[in-house]
Amino acid sequence: MAQALARTKFGIWALLAAVMAFGLAVAAPQAMAQDAEVAAEPAAETVEAPAADTAVEVTTEAAGAYTPMAPTPGKGMPTAYEDDALASMTFQDQYSPNGEYALWMHNIFLLPVIVAISIFVLFLLLYVVVKFRRGANPEPSRTTHNTFIEVVWTVLPVAILVVIAVPSLTLLARQYEPAPADAITIKAVGYQWYWGYEYPDHDVEVISNMLDEDEADARGEPHQLAVDNRMVVPAGVPLRIQTTAADVIHAFAVPALWFKMDAVPGRLNEKMLLIEEPGLYYGQCSELCGARHGYMPIAVEALPMEQFEAWVVEQGGTLPGAEEAEAAPEVAEEAEAVAEPAA
Amino acid sequence: MATTADGFDSHGTAHDDHHDHADHKPGFFARWFMSTNHKDIGTLYLIFAIIAGIVGGAMSGIMRLELAEPGIQYLQWWAGFMGGAEDINTALHMWNVFITAHGLIMVFFMVMPAMIGGFGNWFVPLMIGAPDMAFPRMNNVSFWLTVAGFGSLCLSLFVPGGGGPGAGTGWTVYAPLSTTGSQGPAVDFAIFALHLAGAGSILGATNFITTIFNMRAPGMTLHKMPLFVWSVLVTAFLLLLALPVLAAAITMLLTDRNFGTTFFDPAGGGDPVLFQHLFWFFGHPEVYIMILPGFGMISQIVATFSRKPVFGYLGMAYAMVAIGVVGFVVWAHHMYTVGLDVNTKMYFTAATMVIAVPTGVKIFSWIATMWGGSLEFKSPMVWSLGFIFLFTVGGVTGVVLANGGIDDNLHDTYYVVAHFHYVLSMGAVFSMFAGFYYWFPKMSGRMHSELLSHIHFWLFFIGVNVIFFPQHFLGMNGMPRRYPDYAEAFTFWHEVSTFGYYIMAFSMIFFFVNVFYALFAGKKAEANPWGEGATTLEWTLPSPPPYHQFETLPVIEDHHDYHDHRQA
Repeated sequence: MAQALARTKFGIWALLAAVMAFGLAVAAPQAMAQDAEVAAEPAAETVEAPAADTAVEVTTEAAGAYTPMAPTPGKGMPTAYEDDALASMTFQDQYSPNGEYALWMHNIFLLPVIVAISIFVLFLLLYVVVKFRRGANPEPSRTTHNTFIEVVWTVLPVAILVVIAVPSLTLLARQYEPAPADAITIKAVGYQWYWGYEYPDHDVEVISNMLDEDEADARGEPHQLAVDNRMVVPAGVPLRIQTTAADVIHAFAVPALWFKMDAVPGRLNEKMLLIEEPGLYYGQCSELCGARHGYMPIAVEALPMEQFEAWVVEQGGTLPGAEEAEAAPEVAEEAEAVAEPAA
Repeated sequence: MATTADGFDSHGTAHDDHHDHADHKPGFFARWFMSTNHKDIGTLYLIFAIIAGIVGGAMSGIMRLELAEPGIQYLQWWAGFMGGAEDINTALHMWNVFITAHGLIMVFFMVMPAMIGGFGNWFVPLMIGAPDMAFPRMNNVSFWLTVAGFGSLCLSLFVPGGGGPGAGTGWTVYAPLSTTGSQGPAVDFAIFALHLAGAGSILGATNFITTIFNMRAPGMTLHKMPLFVWSVLVTAFLLLLALPVLAAAITMLLTDRNFGTTFFDPAGGGDPVLFQHLFWFFGHPEVYIMILPGFGMISQIVATFSRKPVFGYLGMAYAMVAIGVVGFVVWAHHMYTVGLDVNTKMYFTAATMVIAVPTGVKIFSWIATMWGGSLEFKSPMVWSLGFIFLFTVGGVTGVVLANGGIDDNLHDTYYVVAHFHYVLSMGAVFSMFAGFYYWFPKMSGRMHSELLSHIHFWLFFIGVNVIFFPQHFLGMNGMPRRYPDYAEAFTFWHEVSTFGYYIMAFSMIFFFVNVFYALFAGKKAEANPWGEGATTLEWTLPSPPPYHQFETLPVIEDHHDYHDHRQA
């Protein structure tokens, strides 16, 4: 009896020690990850800077005329293990504010917590396997209760979950912020098996089909992701993305923008999206929609506002601001105000 | 823990004069095709589950082989094999047929029949000291309905389903893909398969509830029931409450398909999302239906091989009740991207995370059961240890996915595939193998080889981890699920995953060799091969138990209960 009691006590202390170790384990990678981030950031910028420059150069050379942007390896698309082992094992880099927040929450919060919990359970299992194997402990204790420890392992997970809930609910609130009234509306319509992008503000409609492998190679784009006509949008301004479908349910998803919204027939889903910098971001249909479900990718090309407008003109669309400016001077002021967030 | 029936004689020992009567078996056809005996029906369910598991597992092999490299390699051949055209579109349709059939077979015809029909039928009556199930004839109906359901599903593979033979809707049969999106009778057959299997399960659930409430041996109060019985009781309630909702939903699908109704068609005022709500109101409890009996088995096994009563018995029992209750109010976390209201999404995020608490209680209680115990690493125990760790890994990725905002990126990616295979293909399946090795000597009267079952364990453990761990990476990097082809960037981890499948498949050879070795050459099993830790009633009977057991009911004495902390 006394022996059993002593063992239980030891057990409690060991568990408490383990809980503290667990706390440390949560804190340490967090600190390390932050350091790593600081260290990694300048490096990442130096890598990206030349690419961005060339992209800008190319487009300014074109001066007004739209030429499809060349993809930047590692941006807006999955990374191969051979190119960067670590990047192939985690999320794509994020190019929207909500995406950055979500990625931060996952990398700094969730990932350390779940890794620590898994290692903690593994450690406890290995400990009992070694310590209480029949050879080492032929006489089992008869302990079947310990109110204190049972309260601890109920309350502690609750505490961890409450801590996780704070950024989680914040993220949800941010994702549901409605788009401002002047946001540009793009309606993505899922069809079996291609996407249609309607720009009600600009009177433009684009039909987007997947390129086959030869065409994708010719354009220097990845297989299964490249499309003939991209969804071209302005970067740096809020977009009102609406999704719906004509036949069955599809889902409009772009991993690098942390954006996924089902396109449901008879419904119009809407969400705000802000793409921070110009670039080409690939996505794929993410709701089973029949045979060619895997063959209706999404390519979002974010451009500076002037180039986006040039694209709209090239598509035969109208720029709402320009048209109204001709019509009435007061409206032009409004249009300027509309354009402001772009600056 | 000691529901050992001291002061009661099992048939094998004292009542030799009754023995002949107790062991009188009907002829082959009457015994196996018209059976009303819970042990025979349990055996039938187990054999059925193994056959369905081979079919479903072979389908996952076909899929892993196809995914080993980008491009479409084998699907055209399969399209031709199943009687379709050998063009690319039929090939892609075949992919959807495989994912659909794999999911439906594994859920409805492998895990559920093995856990509830197999182990539940075999051991619930034995553990509560009952002679049989409450409704033996209904038990037989349950089994044959399940077989008929499997037949209907197999038939659906060979009849037209729109893009080619078979139903390519995913196991979730979302409308309108399953209505206007799939012409031909294949989806009707698949729906009918669900109806039959569902009806069988509802009958089984009522049978279990009645048996457990009414047929416990004198002195066995609810709070003295072994945890496996508790787990089956909770599971039976989940089945009883969830399956009718599925039945209603798929009946509406059938009328939408065939009789011009528009429950899920917006053109007639219906709503495709309504189907998802109904489906997941069933579908989420369903995942607990698949894992709860496993929880129960792990509790029995861990206690047995620790030679120690299970820690926190009441907490363990009511954690399962809590999981069952909360499991009914979290369904929309499968639908985070359909366009839910922000408050709805916040509620489902919070509610989903709550489930981690009772699950954590169970994990820690299993460890605490081992703490201070005298652990013996027989085959059921190593599978249980594997279960506890891998289920934890699957559980923590569930906490990640519970966050509605995080799920916006992970929804319908391989991360989800990895998550639910960790809790099912490792959670449920590990507990089934643990239960199989634990009770095989009792069921067959023969000992299996410990060596072979350990080899099976280690190879299977390595194999499934190599299959599914890299799928977390694929999912985070953006690989959508239900895709037969992918961008080259995903190749490496898909190759690794497929390699893991070969290891897993290789390990199954040891399982089957072991079973046949044991049946034909295994050592005779004693009444209790696992020693003093095995204290539930089935170990008081000979192995295998007599055809009819407990004609004299065992009496569970008062001072023997799960919360006895006095020295034995």
